[in-house]
Amino acid sequence: MNILELHNLKKYFATQKAVDDISFNIAEGSIFGLLGPNGAGKTTLLRMITGIFYPDSGHIIFNGKKYDPVNDVSYIGYMPEERGLYKKMKIGEQALYLAQLKGLSKSDATQKIKEWFVKFEMQSWWNKKVEDLSKGMSQKLQFVTTVLHEPKLIILDEPFSGLDPVNANLIKDEIFNLAKKGSTIIFSTHRMEQVEEICDHIVLVNKGEKILDGTVSDIKNSFKENIYQLGAATRPENLMTYIFEVIKHHPNKLLIKLQHDHTPNDVLKFFINQDIAIHSFNEVLPSLNDIFIKLVEGTPGARQFQKVN
Amino acid sequence: MNKIWLIFKREYITRVRNKTFLLSTFLLPIVMILFFFGSAYFAMSSKDSLKKIAVVNDPGMFKPNLKSDSTRMLFEFTSNVDSSNFDSKGYDAVLDLKNDSVKKTFTIHSKKQLGLDGKQIIENRLDRAFEKNQLQKKGIQKEILDSISKESMGAYTIENRLTTETGKSEEVNAAVNYGVGFGSGILIYITMFIFGAMVMRGVMEEKTNRIAEVMVSSVKPFQLMMGKIIGIAAVGLTQLFLWVVLIMILSSVAAAFLPAEMIQQAGEANKNMPGGMGGNTEMAMKIMEFQKDISSINWTLIISCFIFYFLGGYLFYASLFAAIGSVINEDPQEAQSLMLPITMPIIFAFIIMSSNLNTPDSKIMVWASMIPFTSPIVMMGRIPSGVPAWQLVVSMALLIAGFIFTTWLAGKIYRTGILMYGKKASWKEMFKWAFRKS
Repeated sequence: MNILELHNLKKYFATQKAVDDISFNIAEGSIFGLLGPNGAGKTTLLRMITGIFYPDSGHIIFNGKKYDPVNDVSYIGYMPEERGLYKKMKIGEQALYLAQLKGLSKSDATQKIKEWFVKFEMQSWWNKKVEDLSKGMSQKLQFVTTVLHEPKLIILDEPFSGLDPVNANLIKDEIFNLAKKGSTIIFSTHRMEQVEEICDHIVLVNKGEKILDGTVSDIKNSFKENIYQLGAATRPENLMTYIFEVIKHHPNKLLIKLQHDHTPNDVLKFFINQDIAIHSFNEVLPSLNDIFIKLVEGTPGARQFQKVN
Repeated sequence: MNKIWLIFKREYITRVRNKTFLLSTFLLPIVMILFFFGSAYFAMSSKDSLKKIAVVNDPGMFKPNLKSDSTRMLFEFTSNVDSSNFDSKGYDAVLDLKNDSVKKTFTIHSKKQLGLDGKQIIENRLDRAFEKNQLQKKGIQKEILDSISKESMGAYTIENRLTTETGKSEEVNAAVNYGVGFGSGILIYITMFIFGAMVMRGVMEEKTNRIAEVMVSSVKPFQLMMGKIIGIAAVGLTQLFLWVVLIMILSSVAAAFLPAEMIQQAGEANKNMPGGMGGNTEMAMKIMEFQKDISSINWTLIISCFIFYFLGGYLFYASLFAAIGSVINEDPQEAQSLMLPITMPIIFAFIIMSSNLNTPDSKIMVWASMIPFTSPIVMMGRIPSGVPAWQLVVSMALLIAGFIFTTWLAGKIYRTGILMYGKKASWKEMFKWAFRKS
């Protein structure tokens, strides 16, 4: 079942088609990656999903029903990229306030905050002020306040920016935990190695349009270029063949590109026939980073202003 | 509604617990009381410094007629004192009359400046001595004249009674009405600025702290704005209430501790005329009259109108201040230039009120007390002098309609402005946000 379906969403600003006819579905319990270069329209899209913006046209189905921003926001946790806290407030009170705004009762909220504070070793923070926190510490607090009310849909915009590897792992583990418990997570970033590690399903947007939609492995397969890595001690004179083309040649390792109408088995037969010992043989799939650069390349680094209508 | 209540509670509690709030709430009444009694104290102690003045070369007519008094001026008619040795002989100044009763200008030498006050007293005394001398020459005893003028002073008083629509006649006292009107007008003016700016800074804080987007993902921007505005209104009412209570407590405490004479002096010092004339009986009469006038004012009407116009005026402008706060970034310079169009009508209202308060029923006052931009300040100035009921009703209705309109307008600017980072919005853009359909 899909927790969220976007149908033909459009949002035009005075100088930009920020989101131009985007549709996709997100399955319940999945970790979904929303990718795109700077200014592609990710934040606008997320703001429509969180009910901050109304789409100019198109509609959103949330949890099987037409999205109702006023009531459904209590099922959504949103950690925006531009995030902050009230500096003069005490940390415990701040967390309590944000949780109550999401509809939790005071006693429920207090209990849940305490549990999370124990989990993140933040027990001693309750009476400290937000302005005393370092950037990484306030990021942890923000994560807690985002997921505290056990939302069905958690939206994280660049959740790891500014975190050290230890804390990044802590949050990453929690993201997996939440997904396991049934929450759906939308993860917006342009850090591709994190996406590859975490996400099941991704959508790539550029210039307000969707240019890619699928599971990580499907996308990688569809962009594969029949490149294989072969571990074997070879010399250049061993490699005269029509079956493949050598891309890189090291004494013990080869990177080859298969020619049309040939299979990996042909390659193996070729080397077996020459009586060359093979240590390893595997397909090399493109990284998401390569795919991203390949698709987005050519579009100017900064998005240009355009006339709308 | 529940969310507005949560936001209201946070805004109220964080502000009331704030050190600046506590300091200004408790310090201001103390400073005011200290100022009032301090000025009384200094007025008394300055009276203690008696000035001894040597008078030389009297033509003869001044010695019997120039009056000394034991507290401020002592005139001694001597010789052998001149401008070079008066100090060593124990005089504060020397007045040279040059054996001349015709000449109009005399010279007085002193070490310290006599001051405007002192100079006027001496001139006054000389004039009176001259008058007494002339009366005696014409055969009229000064004492007879004095008793006549004393008798005639305050022999008649006039009460100005207004015939109101209900047919009841009411006494009016222009001076007290003026004072009360001006006081409440200026109070609204000041509080509108203080609490309007507080709303603006609160919105700016949310924007620069980057909490705005987190907040609007849980509440509607309009709820966030209204919660803040209502919360700060409650802070304002709390502060006004505490001020009134504290001033009442402190002044009664001060009255209990200080001698009664000093308090009377304090009252006197505040409306002291140069020259310090006027007998005690006259003063006592004035005080009594003043107390009567104060009690003749319809305080229930004034206080309830004050609360209404304080809230109405605040709500009218607060949402505009919130809209300004939402479109600016960290730079306070930007705030200055955008605030100008909002502060102008407030200042304008104050100018209309203060310069036309003598004629509370003039055309400009009536119009200004109807238009919501100026009505809170101007109407408060007019109310003590009596305002026809229909004008009050129209003014209140327009103010309510006005703040609903500004809140609606500001809400639309606020909604867009609070999520914009980077550049300051121009007036043209704000206009577009305000009037586009959602």
